[in-house]
Amino acid sequence: MASLADKTSLDGALPGLRGLPFVLLLIAVAAAIFAAGRWFGSSYAFFVGYVVLQYIVLGSAWNILGGYTGYVNFGVTAFFAIGAYSTVVLNKLMPALPLPVMILVGGVMAGLVGLGTGYLTLRLRGVFFSIATLALAVVVQTLITNWDFVGGARGAYVMRPKVAPLIGGEYVQYLFLIMLGLVVVVLATARAIERSALGYGFAAIRDDEAAAEASGVPTLRLKLIATGLSGGFMGMAGAPLPFYVTYLDPASGFSLNYAVNAIAMPLIGGTSSWLGPVIGAVLVGGLQEYLRVTISSAVNVLVAGVLMVAFVILAPQGIVGLFQRKKR
Amino acid sequence: MTALLQVEGLGKRFGGFVALDSVDLDVQRGERLGLIGPNGSGKSTLVNCICGTLRNESGRVRFGEAVLDGLSAHQRTRLGLARSFQLPRPFGSLSLIENIRVPILYAVNARAGGGLTGAALATRCRELLGQVGLAGKADLRPRDLTQIEMRKLELARAMATEPQLLIADEAMAGLSHTEVDEIIALLIRLNEQGVTVIMIEHIMRAVMAFSQRLAVLVAGRKIADGPPQEVVRNPDVVKAYLGE
Amino acid sequence: MDASLDLLLNALISGLLLGGFYAAVSIGVAISFGLLDVVNIAHPAFILLGSYVAFLGNTVLGIDPILSALIALPAFYFLGVLAYQVYYVAFERRDDQSLRGLSFFFGLLFITEVGLVLVFGVDYRTVQARYIGATLNLGLFELPLRLLVPFLVSMLMVVALQIFLSRTFVGRAIQAVAQDQLALRLMAANPIKIKRIAFGLSIATASLAGAFLIIIQPVEPSIGREYIGRVFAICVLGGLGSFPGMVIAAMTLGIAESLTATFFGPSWAPAVAFGILLVTLAVRPSGILGR
Repeated sequence: MASLADKTSLDGALPGLRGLPFVLLLIAVAAAIFAAGRWFGSSYAFFVGYVVLQYIVLGSAWNILGGYTGYVNFGVTAFFAIGAYSTVVLNKLMPALPLPVMILVGGVMAGLVGLGTGYLTLRLRGVFFSIATLALAVVVQTLITNWDFVGGARGAYVMRPKVAPLIGGEYVQYLFLIMLGLVVVVLATARAIERSALGYGFAAIRDDEAAAEASGVPTLRLKLIATGLSGGFMGMAGAPLPFYVTYLDPASGFSLNYAVNAIAMPLIGGTSSWLGPVIGAVLVGGLQEYLRVTISSAVNVLVAGVLMVAFVILAPQGIVGLFQRKKR
Repeated sequence: MTALLQVEGLGKRFGGFVALDSVDLDVQRGERLGLIGPNGSGKSTLVNCICGTLRNESGRVRFGEAVLDGLSAHQRTRLGLARSFQLPRPFGSLSLIENIRVPILYAVNARAGGGLTGAALATRCRELLGQVGLAGKADLRPRDLTQIEMRKLELARAMATEPQLLIADEAMAGLSHTEVDEIIALLIRLNEQGVTVIMIEHIMRAVMAFSQRLAVLVAGRKIADGPPQEVVRNPDVVKAYLGE
Repeated sequence: MDASLDLLLNALISGLLLGGFYAAVSIGVAISFGLLDVVNIAHPAFILLGSYVAFLGNTVLGIDPILSALIALPAFYFLGVLAYQVYYVAFERRDDQSLRGLSFFFGLLFITEVGLVLVFGVDYRTVQARYIGATLNLGLFELPLRLLVPFLVSMLMVVALQIFLSRTFVGRAIQAVAQDQLALRLMAANPIKIKRIAFGLSIATASLAGAFLIIIQPVEPSIGREYIGRVFAICVLGGLGSFPGMVIAAMTLGIAESLTATFFGPSWAPAVAFGILLVTLAVRPSGILGR
């Protein structure tokens, strides 16, 4: 089995690792990153690191639907903002609630919206789903802009606690750690999917839906699973955002940047493997931060868009694909 | 004994165009049926309605004990109804062995008692590729295959669902004389293992060599059904094929 | 006259006029998506580009925004030809439209938007013309010329394109290209060339639609996004590829939005398109006049 899985070359980086060892390795890497951050002790590093981690989660979440099944979700901001705003609501109603619980709630909410949108549109050609998600971003933004409880168009302030619970130190360290945990969860899920029957079903759908059905693949159910998972993880990525920015308004919460980055990063890194979104997020996220510091924040948002267009034209398999080709 | 497949009064229209007009067709367990008809006569539409790719507007399809109407394509596949596509539709990003893996995971393993995993699954995939002579190419992608190899992959993928009935939709179009013989031999071998086969074909030599019974579809109606030698001499059939 | 009835009548009229403008916004997508099966989600970005061209023509050269749009029409046509060429070589020929082709247009949308922010900033821009601000009083109701002029020019454009498509050889070839490429080849027409012309036309309409947009409302770079939902809602509701259906759908949406804005407040209007889109996709994906 292991040798067969290797031949799929879906991830050449860590061949032969089964589920549990892979998760343990991920946790070890995450722990090492966090320990290094603590030792380094710069809150700037934590703030930047958080953004990159958030994009790893967003990009991987997008890739579960987009990369594996071939259905393009342009409504990333809708799912992301549903997570963020569910935290705003929970924080107003039950401020004592621990952040991980809020993340779970945000994830469930976004996942349900994903399921609903998918249920209505996934029976049709894939492009209709994409168009519906584009419009979804606008409608969710309209709803939140008109919802006074969460501040409407003016936005909402969220108090960031001074000290991190459990681990001590600045609160941003806690946010970083939580996001690191989400990265572990989403990457472990993505890799598990790739190697399971689910992954083969997704790939069959992406390649030829009628042939997949003829092979016994329940395509609608699988697409809904992918949409729900993908939307759920996006919501989870957005849930801690209010504590990170402390002020959230519809214009910033629904910034197109989130959608472009979440789509660009997997496409740049490579959509066929869990590793692609990670590479894309680290490279593009790092480059954006570098440009933001050295040039201006206006130029840095262009980078993802330009790189994405360049990659889809010139290197459709992404960076992972370039490596795989060299290896052969 | 009741037939394995019973099609009763099947009707399908596209807008104002009547593609199938109340078609009846019975196929007995273990039979080799040839289905012929000129282009646009509704053969592929019939296959698509039987397999659930299209929904018929009227009539009924029974398969064994089950009524198929309303079931989706994958459910029909799981009941034991397999098809190959007229133009091969492989999973392009998967290797050959993975192409075979999908139907085993989703059709065979979804049935009671099925549950191939690990080494047994890999062995079964290679065995199926071996049956169509593609064992040596297990790790290639479909785009590396020739025309006939593509057809064989298409058949192997249908066989991997372990069907009771296989519908081969023009599995030989564009193949050379010897290649056609290869595919016929393959289908007959399959039939000898107990699989009922419907062959849809334009190549009369292949149909005549293969079929125990022949049905003819013209303009969405079945105009003849019986022993091949009789059917091809039927005046209506001759007229439909050769004109007046 | 009853106040609310008066309100209703005015909402209906302005909705109808708005619908005429929406038809101009959507006709480009009705061509690219409906006839060519190229899902150009960046179309609103081209429209915005049209708005800024009209803005430049108006403020720098002092000419009428619609006239500037007409002057810029050929440039937009060639922009469209170029965009299709890239799309064809990079995606259509490789049969990779769905994932990467869509992402390509999404990237174009984003790059255009950010590019406009870099050049023009995020301030709202407006144009000057004699008919902006004036109204035509017809007793029972008033017709704002700001809406009436785009409505009339837009209808003219739709009719002209419909005649072009049904009466000329190239037009008929465009209608055939989505359905039967083989038949087209037999007629000695190169399908790719036909699609290139059609896509050029579709982008050319964005020049005029952009001018209408900036006549009707002040423009800033991010408002293009609001139109994605609208445009595709209209095209899907109208039945892909049918111009009459598209115009009816555009009017329907215009009236629905205008009524929503009048009775629930303007901030709810953007949600109307999405509602219509989802209901259409769920209930009747072939649209009102679809096959």
